[in-house]
Amino acid sequence: MGSQDVKLLNFLLSPVGRRVEWALKLKGVDYEYIEEDIFNKSNLLLELNPVHKKVPVLVHGQKSMAESLIILEYIDETWKQYPLLPHHPYQRALARFWAKLSDELALGAWRAMVRRGDEREKVLKEAIEVMEKIEQLIKGNKFFGGNNIGYLDLAFGWITCWLPVWEEIGSMQVLDPLKCPSISSWKIHFLNHPIIKDNLPPRDQMISYCHRRIEEFYSTHHAY
Amino acid sequence: MADNVVLLDFWPSSYGMRVKIALEEKGITYECRQEDFQAKSSLLLEMNPIHKLIPVLIHNGKPVCESLNVIEYIDEVWNYKPSLLPSDPYKRSQARFWGDYIDKNVYSIRRKVWIGKGKEQEESKKKFIECLKTLEQELGDKPYFGGEEFGYVDVALIPFTSWFYTYEIYGKLNIEEECPKLVTWAKRCMEKESVAKSLPHPHKIYGFAKQYKQRHGLE
Repeated sequence: MGSQDVKLLNFLLSPVGRRVEWALKLKGVDYEYIEEDIFNKSNLLLELNPVHKKVPVLVHGQKSMAESLIILEYIDETWKQYPLLPHHPYQRALARFWAKLSDELALGAWRAMVRRGDEREKVLKEAIEVMEKIEQLIKGNKFFGGNNIGYLDLAFGWITCWLPVWEEIGSMQVLDPLKCPSISSWKIHFLNHPIIKDNLPPRDQMISYCHRRIEEFYSTHHAY
Repeated sequence: MADNVVLLDFWPSSYGMRVKIALEEKGITYECRQEDFQAKSSLLLEMNPIHKLIPVLIHNGKPVCESLNVIEYIDEVWNYKPSLLPSDPYKRSQARFWGDYIDKNVYSIRRKVWIGKGKEQEESKKKFIECLKTLEQELGDKPYFGGEEFGYVDVALIPFTSWFYTYEIYGKLNIEEECPKLVTWAKRCMEKESVAKSLPHPHKIYGFAKQYKQRHGLE
């Protein structure tokens, strides 16, 4: 399939957009990458995702689709090599459940970085509790997908590279290596995978981006 | 070996209704157990320890949580017609997108429409109607969201219509006036036995909402 056939509209620093890139690369699918400035959204993005106006958007021929976990399922159903989701319906249901929880956790961790005071403490505490449940999930396995990176590893990928930046900026610890040794091991395996390690966002830009978003949040909420 | 299927439910929950519709569509025999939210059963806490919420489908002792997840699971395990999801990957992605949209928007807004007050309620009403109009636009002139056949997105949305009467009373809304095509679609869905069996009468939902508000001092 030619690379003109598949296009990915994404933002360099987006953890959810990166999942889609990882999936395409693991499956060996050629694609054209289109960078989107999320602070100055293009007409193309607004046309392709009028409902949410967000990246990532995958375009395959005439078809466009949004929401990273939904895109991952489309990719898995369309390109059968290197299966991402488990085969058995029950395992698939579990994977989808934990992937959704992963996104809720990421949002919680992001909020813990941005917010202050009691609100921050509450969100941080909840995030830590969920992380400890994820530790139980991975126990004994190299990857969430078993021996290979799968859908759930891609869903949790933000923990490896984005979370450490958020923890530093927010002066907080969501992932305690002593309480979560299995997740800590998984991080190393994940980051060392040949496809993943050449496909990570630049740390310095991630830091500037977080500061910018925090500044924006407090400038718009200052009026309260 | 016969399948053992149990649904942990709470009858006014739109999410529980989704699962019932899916089970009825497939003609699956199941036991429905009602949960009391003031006193959650040990079974619920064991089967859904993370969220402690219904619906939970327990299939031969193994729990499946999150209603849209349950619909996909039912469709994959009992993979005979009627299919709930389309077979084409792109159409499936669209169905999942709209299911996700409904969960992200309708759920978070609707509570403030019947429980909220003042400015917060007004803003929620406006967003709620906008959300329904977006869905109405997606429906277009099709009989169902998936096209000719009743499917996943219809199952995802139709339960909320049992709450429309409650939103209209508390929110002082006229949903039929704002979204006539959606209301026509809802009536079409209600003609299906699986839907009619699974949705409580809107007045019963209103009775529940009224009691809930009184009990929590929100009337």
